[in-house]
Amino acid sequence: MDWLYVLMPISGVTIFWPGLVILGVGVGIIGGFFGMGGAWMVTPGLNILGFPMAFAIGTDIAHMAGKSLISTMRHGKFGNVDYKLGLIMLVGTVVGFEVGAQMIMWLERLGNVEMVVRLLYLVLLGLIAWMVFSDVSKKMRKDREARARGQEIDKLSTGIEWHKTLHKIKIPPMITLEVAGITCTAWLPIGISFFTGWLAGILGIGGGLIRMPALLYLLGCPTHVAVGTDLFEVMISGLYGAFTYTMKGRTELMAAVIMLIGAAVGAQIGTVATKYIKGYGIRIAFGLAVVGCALSIILKLLAKEIPTYKALLNNSSTVLVLGLVSAMSLYITVKMIQGARAEVAAKKK
Amino acid sequence: MKVIGIKIRVFVLMLCMLLPEAVLAAGEKADLVVIVADTRGLTGILKAWGTLYNESHLYFSLLTIVLIPVIGLVFGTVADIVMRTIGIDLEHRELSEH
Repeated sequence: MDWLYVLMPISGVTIFWPGLVILGVGVGIIGGFFGMGGAWMVTPGLNILGFPMAFAIGTDIAHMAGKSLISTMRHGKFGNVDYKLGLIMLVGTVVGFEVGAQMIMWLERLGNVEMVVRLLYLVLLGLIAWMVFSDVSKKMRKDREARARGQEIDKLSTGIEWHKTLHKIKIPPMITLEVAGITCTAWLPIGISFFTGWLAGILGIGGGLIRMPALLYLLGCPTHVAVGTDLFEVMISGLYGAFTYTMKGRTELMAAVIMLIGAAVGAQIGTVATKYIKGYGIRIAFGLAVVGCALSIILKLLAKEIPTYKALLNNSSTVLVLGLVSAMSLYITVKMIQGARAEVAAKKK
Repeated sequence: MKVIGIKIRVFVLMLCMLLPEAVLAAGEKADLVVIVADTRGLTGILKAWGTLYNESHLYFSLLTIVLIPVIGLVFGTVADIVMRTIGIDLEHRELSEH
């Protein structure tokens, strides 16, 4: 069974390549569907396959850039990418990242902030999960009330409507984002991207997990446009990240390419699935992913606090993350196949 | 037009200066250790790749960031063709709700 293993030329480790393809498919599906890089899912996966941590991060970023390119291309054709918004937000994200990164370095000099950062991350994930499920519950209540009144359900209505208040800010320059269908002050997307970039810089994460709900609830983007635009940002930052990590010699291109084979298929499945799953279906699945991510962090924190069960808790965290990736990938794939079947059948008629 | 040109130049300059820190913040800090690829057991394209890594990280990095989008594009196009063959419309999405 030697043919199932491939020697990585840079790191010198031998890797089970079908595992890389499967991992690529899984994160491709989830990334294309939710509009995020998904480093929190890939890094433990690569680690399990035998990658040293230093190579796992660089390889993940390299593959993320390619995967996001494939997903952005597809979302772009569906009209889900607001390039103008993406470019404006890039400015705020970059500056916010820098401020957050500098702030965390300053805090590190004052003392150990790792635990504080992890707790802050948990609070943030809890807040995002609460926002998503509160939004879903409000939207369902609105729909129920509309049905009870005998009215037609407004397809464009949302549960949480904070963006409507924020759109009332009229500080010039005002901008119109055609794809997202929003007219607002330019300071709103800049401010939001600065805030999410700052948080990502402090927490040491890519930021897709924060940016996506911010685009939904603060800017008022339709779900599909939030997914596509976020992927556009992940693609640009991922390419630059791939360059910097490769300059440090921490990227295994061969592994990234093998993962991309799977991710190319996965990204298509995830992206095409957004055609058949309604905006709120995406939001609910995203909320569940956030809850899974939070649970995995809690397990990691407990592993540090309770050394006796360290191995058990760390392994449970990894199993949870990979189990979540598998379950969600399966759900999205099934929905995509059902939708595609219905579409093909309708065409034949 | 001149003002816009200056704004674009300032934006690009700022991006080039700030993006490295931003990206580094996204992951754990890598140690400053020089890793050398062991090319003794490699042959063909893998050997060439390992050798390029040992000789110049810059060329290696540049080639990597060129190859990633190109490979992504090729795989994406192949997956597109497969999807089209199945009969899925990849150009339109009728849903318009949030």
